[in-house]
Amino acid sequence: MIANIPYLAVVGLIIIGLSAVIFKKNLIKIIIGITIIQSGVNLFLITLGYREGSTAPIWTSSPGGVMAFPVPQALTLTSIVIGVAVTALMLSLVIHLYRHHGTLDVRKMGGDDQ
Amino acid sequence: MNFLDQLLSHAPALLVAIPLLGAFLTPLIGRVNDKLRNIFVIGILGFTGILVILLAQQIFASGPITYVFGSLDPYVGKETVIRILFEIDALSIFMAMIAIVLSFSAALYSWAYMEKNTGLDKYYSLLLLLTVGMLGMVLTGDMFNFFVFLEITSIASCALIAFYINKVKSVEAGFKYIVVSTIGALFVLMAIALLYGQYDALNIAKLADSITFSFVDKIALVLLIAALAMKGGIVPMHMWLPDAYSRAPASVSLILIGTTQAGLYGVFRVLFTLYGNVITLPTISMGWALVILGLLTMLVGVIMALIQIDFKRLIAYGAIAELGYMFLGVGTCLTILANPDITLAQAPFAFEALKGGLFHVFNDALDVGLLFMVAGAVYYATKETSLNRLGGLARNMKYTTIFFIIGLLAISGIPPMNGFASKLLIYESTYQLNPILSIIAILSSIMLLAIFIKVFHAAFLGPKLPQFDTVKEVPRSMLLAMGFIAAFIIIFGLFPDLIVNTIVDPAANALIDNAGYMRWLIGG
Repeated sequence: MIANIPYLAVVGLIIIGLSAVIFKKNLIKIIIGITIIQSGVNLFLITLGYREGSTAPIWTSSPGGVMAFPVPQALTLTSIVIGVAVTALMLSLVIHLYRHHGTLDVRKMGGDDQ
Repeated sequence: MNFLDQLLSHAPALLVAIPLLGAFLTPLIGRVNDKLRNIFVIGILGFTGILVILLAQQIFASGPITYVFGSLDPYVGKETVIRILFEIDALSIFMAMIAIVLSFSAALYSWAYMEKNTGLDKYYSLLLLLTVGMLGMVLTGDMFNFFVFLEITSIASCALIAFYINKVKSVEAGFKYIVVSTIGALFVLMAIALLYGQYDALNIAKLADSITFSFVDKIALVLLIAALAMKGGIVPMHMWLPDAYSRAPASVSLILIGTTQAGLYGVFRVLFTLYGNVITLPTISMGWALVILGLLTMLVGVIMALIQIDFKRLIAYGAIAELGYMFLGVGTCLTILANPDITLAQAPFAFEALKGGLFHVFNDALDVGLLFMVAGAVYYATKETSLNRLGGLARNMKYTTIFFIIGLLAISGIPPMNGFASKLLIYESTYQLNPILSIIAILSSIMLLAIFIKVFHAAFLGPKLPQFDTVKEVPRSMLLAMGFIAAFIIIFGLFPDLIVNTIVDPAANALIDNAGYMRWLIGG
């Protein structure tokens, strides 16, 4: 049971993130929701590669014994880098939206101006 | 000759590497001279196009190609080596052709269309990056690699959609797109992790070989199909598409078509190859799900297109309707594949439907692309997109009018244009599955014709309007780009047999023959 806690955390994070994206009206909160989903997926990848009592997979300075599987960690690293780029892009778009509307609330944006 | 062989043997890697290198060289060259930069971008895309054609020749002649990044030997002792494979079969190269045709004509079109904007160095960089993303998505044989290229495509296309950063509607469309596509991509990553956790493999062929269709696999299938169909703009996940298509510059809308189709490629690859071994289990009705989604997409697309008054938004809804035909064709084939009572040999129409669906992918890219370019040309000449305020343009813009007529006939499936060839294949074959399917398909085609006749009447016919008195024909580079696509449309329409036999048939075969896909990978 105790080993399943990370998986429950993954599900929890993804659901929290999704509900933030769906129900929040503030653009920054939507972005926070997306990053929470991202963390959930990354946690899932890391958990897949972890074995109980394992050490970091560094061959040259390993104390021996079980090592964690490095491939999911490499995947996570890539995913984090992509996540940073996406978050930066989203925030820069939000800056432009805020400059134009003077608000971050999606309900107050609108109007048919170009 | 030796050099050419060398080049060809590394073509799969170069297809991604050359536009990627070009993307980062573009700003440097842009500092020297604007014209030089435009020529450079068109040259890079032209060279990539030549590589695609050379590679296609090789693949159609001698079968699929595997290109290995990393160790050539898959095993060291008993351990599997971590390596990335590009697996290029006829379907991949078919999609790569579409991507390169679209981005080449977009670069050509941008020369004049975007000339008056600033920040063009970045524009061209992003355009090349988007090409890299599309080519990578269709060429790769590795699930995680697929995710990375999917994200490259999302980021580049989001930045391009929001290119008119001073127009708040463009920024909103870009934001909507990036939110939707990032969540979709995260779902894809989650599905990849689910598969990886079970089978210890990221390679599509290896996964397909070991997949057992457990409960977790079903979850992964749903996540993958939902996310990729969303990227493809299938109803009910289409809400980002009209905004993105209509708010982006016309040249970007053109490439966005390629992006959505790379998403559809993902759907087909997942269903036919990744789950190819288990999709034939009788409990699964993915085929009908695809057919129903296809019908919904068609109907919602045409009905929404009827009420639009914005030129580009109307075409965007027309594009959604067209996507439905592909799902209908491919879904029809899948229903037969998944049916245990009928083999594929007993129902030859299933293969015809698949061919029609895949052929329509290419045709849709050309037809909708041409219409977007015409809409862009009208905007360029008049600075106006509302159909209520346009009129009488045929008097001043005769070439653009001719191109619009070609696009109109092609999108509504009138002979002798290419849309007719693929739609006829779809009508004939879906009729044999269920007549209602083809009735709805024909009905939406007729409605598309009606819608675009309305546009033709509103924008091009009628008396000369005083405010458009000084309107001139668009510059030569835009006409050239439109002519390039129009030539494809007419050639495909006049010689459909030739095209179907040389490129569509191998692609359809490659999709169905997933045992073959795994044989040349694992055995070879």
